[in-house]
Amino acid sequence: MGQKLIVGISDWKVGRGDDMLVTYALGSCIGTCLYDKASGIAGMSHIMLPDSTAIIDGHTTRMKFADTAIPDMLDKMKLMGASPATIRAKIAGGAVMFQTSNSRFNIGERNIEAVKAVLSRLRIPILAEDVGLNYGRTMTFWAQNGAVEISSTVMGKKMI
Amino acid sequence: MSIGKYEDLNDMQIDVLKEVGNIGSGNATTALSSMVGKMIDIEVPKVEVLAFNDAIEAVGGPEKVIAGILIRINGDIDGMIMFLFEQNLISLIEETFFGEAPPDIFSLNEAQMSALTEMGNIMAGSYVNAIAQLAGMTIDVEVPVMTIDMLGAIMSVPAVEMGEMGDKLLFIDNNMIIDKTSIQSKMLLLPTIDSLDHLLGKLGVA
Repeated sequence: MGQKLIVGISDWKVGRGDDMLVTYALGSCIGTCLYDKASGIAGMSHIMLPDSTAIIDGHTTRMKFADTAIPDMLDKMKLMGASPATIRAKIAGGAVMFQTSNSRFNIGERNIEAVKAVLSRLRIPILAEDVGLNYGRTMTFWAQNGAVEISSTVMGKKMI
Repeated sequence: MSIGKYEDLNDMQIDVLKEVGNIGSGNATTALSSMVGKMIDIEVPKVEVLAFNDAIEAVGGPEKVIAGILIRINGDIDGMIMFLFEQNLISLIEETFFGEAPPDIFSLNEAQMSALTEMGNIMAGSYVNAIAQLAGMTIDVEVPVMTIDMLGAIMSVPAVEMGEMGDKLLFIDNNMIIDKTSIQSKMLLLPTIDSLDHLLGKLGVA
């Protein structure tokens, strides 16, 4: 019997078999699902910010940033037996929740770019994405087959 | 002594912030009350210093759908005011402006959205003016922006902007009560850490 693993904000978790991973209400944050079909190992991360190097305070969690969370999660998946060459990604989020003329607050766009850059550096192809626009998304990920469902209040549910 | 993290606040400072919330939200509620012609009270304010996920649980849970009105503030205090309006309060406001309320939160038209945004604008102005007077400060409010969506996605905005340096959020939480029923619609004041220091200094408890 698989577990339901809830991935919070600034968090990542890894599952396998019948596990189901869920992260709720991604706004400007990004949910990244990594899946290795061969071993059935699945990881989901929920990052808030693009870049840890810009943050002076060292007390904050590495799980918050694209450049630290995704490589850490990949390392954990490798330890569990996942093969980097067969890992694929699906990503969602990066919305602009409140439309304003001030681009300083467009963190969603910066998060999308950062996650894509990290995945490219790690040589992980992106199979599917549902990013940008202006609404929140809940992401559900089944370790059994790598399927990902996105649900939102405006668009309903869809598989990516 | 200046505060480096939200969790460094002492009990006296928390009490002062509760009073700030009390005065600010009292003023905002008076404005709302006179617009809609109903008695509206506020519960005793809470000062919450919580990790992001706990903060979202504390205001209703990540997937609860709600109207969020965000007003950035700057000047002597930087940060934001966030209104979280539930269906019953939205209906009350829409009835006041248009004589009837939409059947649900998803069917608000543009004029109805504008009415809510304007209500947020008036209330934020009242909230901020009360604090500005109390602390002898100048605080400006920006144009409000509004969305209807999941609470978690809405609250990720202050979490990202205020929580960049740490993993916690501080907010002063005011619940409104209409006709003696708590309606779970909220006003949140979220100051940046630097502004919090400045405010507490002005009020003599830094």
